Amino acid sequence: MAERRFKSRSLFLALYLAFAVLPIYWMLTMSLKTNEEILSTFALWPQNPTLDNYRTIFTDPAWYSGYINSLIYVAINTVLSLLVALPAAYAFSRYSFIGDKHVFFWLLTNRMTPPAVFLLPFFQLYTTLGLMDTHLAVALAHLVFNVPLAVWILEGFMSGVPREIDETAYIDGYSFPRFFVTIFLPLIKAGIGVAAFFCFMFSWVELLLARTLTSVDAKPIVATMTRTVSASGMDWGLLAAAGILTIVPGAVVIWFVRHYIAKGFAMGRV
Amino acid sequence: MKPVDQKAWLLVLPVVLCVAFSAVLPLMTIVNYSVQDIISPDQRVFVGTEWFRSVLRDNDLHEALLRQLVFSLAVLLVEIPLGIALALSMPATGWRASAVLVTVALSLLIPWNVVGTIWQIYGRTDIGLLGVTLTTLGVDYNYTGSSVDAWVTVLVMDVWHWTPLVALLCYAGLRAIPDAYYQAARIDGASRLAVFRYIQLPKLRGVLMIAVLLRFMDSFMIYTEPFVLTGGGPGNATTFLSQYLTQKAVGQFDLGPAAAFSLVYFLIILLLCFVLYNWMQRVGTGERHDG
Repeated sequence: MAERRFKSRSLFLALYLAFAVLPIYWMLTMSLKTNEEILSTFALWPQNPTLDNYRTIFTDPAWYSGYINSLIYVAINTVLSLLVALPAAYAFSRYSFIGDKHVFFWLLTNRMTPPAVFLLPFFQLYTTLGLMDTHLAVALAHLVFNVPLAVWILEGFMSGVPREIDETAYIDGYSFPRFFVTIFLPLIKAGIGVAAFFCFMFSWVELLLARTLTSVDAKPIVATMTRTVSASGMDWGLLAAAGILTIVPGAVVIWFVRHYIAKGFAMGRV
Repeated sequence: MKPVDQKAWLLVLPVVLCVAFSAVLPLMTIVNYSVQDIISPDQRVFVGTEWFRSVLRDNDLHEALLRQLVFSLAVLLVEIPLGIALALSMPATGWRASAVLVTVALSLLIPWNVVGTIWQIYGRTDIGLLGVTLTTLGVDYNYTGSSVDAWVTVLVMDVWHWTPLVALLCYAGLRAIPDAYYQAARIDGASRLAVFRYIQLPKLRGVLMIAVLLRFMDSFMIYTEPFVLTGGGPGNATTFLSQYLTQKAVGQFDLGPAAAFSLVYFLIILLLCFVLYNWMQRVGTGERHDG
């Protein structure tokens, strides 16, 4: 009985993984083909594999600087989001105060605005501040959707930690900052891992704001990619190669936070 | 009950400042545009609620809204159960857990315009794996010609793209359930279903709430992927709200009506999320009483 359940579970997982990986595999084969091969023949794997598309990306500064720019503002954004969200999430999970529920929900409403509409106001705001075409501008703009998300995710995990742990620590003579960093944060590692990954991910793939707020010095990779549409048609192979390379940094991030996500928290340790 | 402490506001203040800086000012600008006819940057006429009235009477908008509601509902009905099932079947420890975790997350990391482009090729019946496979199996599939095929393709693409978000949230939520709960259930001789219903599901309430709200509002604002994949067609089959809005705002350079439209759009999402949020909170607390 238990064995059969195990088998049907593995089968389901295998099917889903196939469904998840196949489009990415297709992108990989496209990135190893020339445009003529992509558009003319159907083949399960490249007949004449070529690395030309990747060579273009790694030798052209317009391409590889895009990756560096994206990484810079995404890193700033993720760190800032977590730094402001952690204390706020703690406040929401532990205390009642005037307007707490309204502020909590209001935070999330900032994710509900169609971004296309805000382009012009954002452009005006950041031009006035003299922040146009800087990494900081994009990092700050992305706070709008990442901070609420981080607060919501972290609050969920913090509420799962029994309040007795806080009280015991205060009785033992811990100050709030010391308790927060040395006892509380390790307990919600899983939540921090998930929140960090989602902040990274949403900031990494966001196109409209990042493109509007930058022109040269901070141009992100997602904006560079739109260049593959030219007068001679679409450069499919180059776009696929760039797509494969955009997956890599995120995969590295999730590789590092995987232990935090997988571990959860063990009550016995405190 | 949580203790009342107004000093907690000090912890929340940085967040409010950060978000208000980038959200409230632009929102005010939009409100300002929505009541004016902007002929040129220096020439504006106050028109009151005229734009709002014309938006609410717009028939194309009603149709796009209906399509949008059906689509978002389908997204939730597929992605939430699938994500929970996936989280439950993902291994918890060992190298396999890491490998599966990374594989599942891959689709989230692809820029949205690339997602659309890849599926555009992937679904083609002459050179795409999906299209060729379906045709070989004898399915009459053509996402550029048939409205049903186009709609289903956009849905499948969204499921492929975003189910991992639900799965990762649930997976982390499941890992946060202390072992003691499972041991107690084993002693009681609880069935697999009972463990899910009375231990895992209530403990997942928090993450599920986030997952449902996120998937709802993001699918309600879906733009890039269907735009690249189908361009809204065939006909209007996959023209969802934000695409209609962008046609209006960019196509006609009409800031006033576009601003009014986006405010109405925002209020619809806000209202639906609010209803969803309150409903889930009630369901959740009801569960806690009988669970």
